Amino acid sequence: MAKGYLGAFILSALLFVSGALKSQDLFDLFGEDEPVTEYAFATFKTTRVVNGQSIENPPFGELKFVISHHFGSVNQGYYNLWGLDQSTIRLGLEYGLTERLAVSIGRSSFEKTFDTFAKYKLLRQSTGARTMPISLSLFSGMYLNSLEWRYPDRENYFSSRLSYVHQILIARKFSNKISFQITPTFVHKNLVEKISDPNDILAIGYGGRVRLTNRVTFNAEYYQILTTETAKNFNNMLSLGFDLETGGHVFQLHFTNAQPMFERAFITETRGEWRKGDIYFGFNIVRVFSIRKPKI
Amino acid sequence: MKKGMLLLTGLILFAITVVGQNYVTRTGYIRFYSEAPLENIEAINRQVNSALNSSTGEFVFRVLMKSFNFEKALMQEHFNENYVESHKFPNASFQGTVTNISDIDFEKPGTYKATVEGELTIKDATKKISHEGTFEVKKDEVVGKSMFTILLADYNVTIPSAVTKNISPEIEITVEVQLKKM
Repeated sequence: MAKGYLGAFILSALLFVSGALKSQDLFDLFGEDEPVTEYAFATFKTTRVVNGQSIENPPFGELKFVISHHFGSVNQGYYNLWGLDQSTIRLGLEYGLTERLAVSIGRSSFEKTFDTFAKYKLLRQSTGARTMPISLSLFSGMYLNSLEWRYPDRENYFSSRLSYVHQILIARKFSNKISFQITPTFVHKNLVEKISDPNDILAIGYGGRVRLTNRVTFNAEYYQILTTETAKNFNNMLSLGFDLETGGHVFQLHFTNAQPMFERAFITETRGEWRKGDIYFGFNIVRVFSIRKPKI
Repeated sequence: MKKGMLLLTGLILFAITVVGQNYVTRTGYIRFYSEAPLENIEAINRQVNSALNSSTGEFVFRVLMKSFNFEKALMQEHFNENYVESHKFPNASFQGTVTNISDIDFEKPGTYKATVEGELTIKDATKKISHEGTFEVKKDEVVGKSMFTILLADYNVTIPSAVTKNISPEIEITVEVQLKKM
């Protein structure tokens, strides 16, 4: 009789255990997920922090049409409707040639400047199988001033109209909410106005963003001129703005003390002063087109 | 004592039979498709974990959300960042049973109709679902296929008004898992 009880007990215990473990067992069959390298994505919402470049590239096969617009300075008062009567504009196209390399062309109304740049992702922040604490990109841009020649006593060489910007973009997405970027910058101008003006200028940029909601971020950006001679004559750039994202568009609305929108000019030739209200309201509209669709 | 050992061995064998044969894959396929006036969105995941117990009919899935690939990188970014919030909810899972498991003869190759019932968890929402599909029994493997729709609203995925013409509230899901005998 006692044995009968024991048998029944073992049977029910076994059934109970197998019953309780069954589904857990099935999930256990998957084992540990193999470690894969997960790259940080969307460190910034688009390819600009505000005016300056961000670590983001257009992905492979994607074309971004970037319309950047700055109104006049807001301290001009009623007569110019606080700057809204005036505008500076840049139209640009950016294309992802590969996952890592992006190229761009653009034209700014500021000094009628044509620009072109290449941006290459050297390191990508990742976790998992391969760990990389930061993302690092290299940026090189060239600028062509196409204004009518204004130095009658100087030879009008084509090369005199060119200037260059080289940057190392180092960024980290600290969390889903917070990203930061530091951007050492080297600027070279083939021709400068006065003999005392340096041809080579060093600067450093700081940029960051805080994600306020899923679709809205607050961005800030500061470029500090390190070359003393230039720092005497021009101001450091400070820009504050919001990125608003809808489907295929990103809208960036901001205030900045830089009128121009291309790197050489806003890094080394910013004249506006925040304290005097000599700042510009501006926006960038980024529209995304898929040119080549990767197979999924 | 001998009788006791015999009983125990018998019970263990019985328990093993009850637990039954497992079929597993780590490379299952799930596609989702949204058809809306302005654009159609398609995403494919080829790293789906799924397992089936052929005697109890238990059928489970675990799906890493980040492994869904889209044709546009921006869609993938928005999917992960805004819609499924994969940093907070990395996996979707399904835990259910094939209600008519006894109709399927795992020894006899052929295609069998099946009904699968269970709980689907996406983000922080769990919902009971029940859908039809087929199991194709082959040598040492079973291929499970199904196609059904889910409502985004059921899983706390909200579509902002600006993109209601881009994303359908109803998503078509296609599942195909090639489960190998373990």
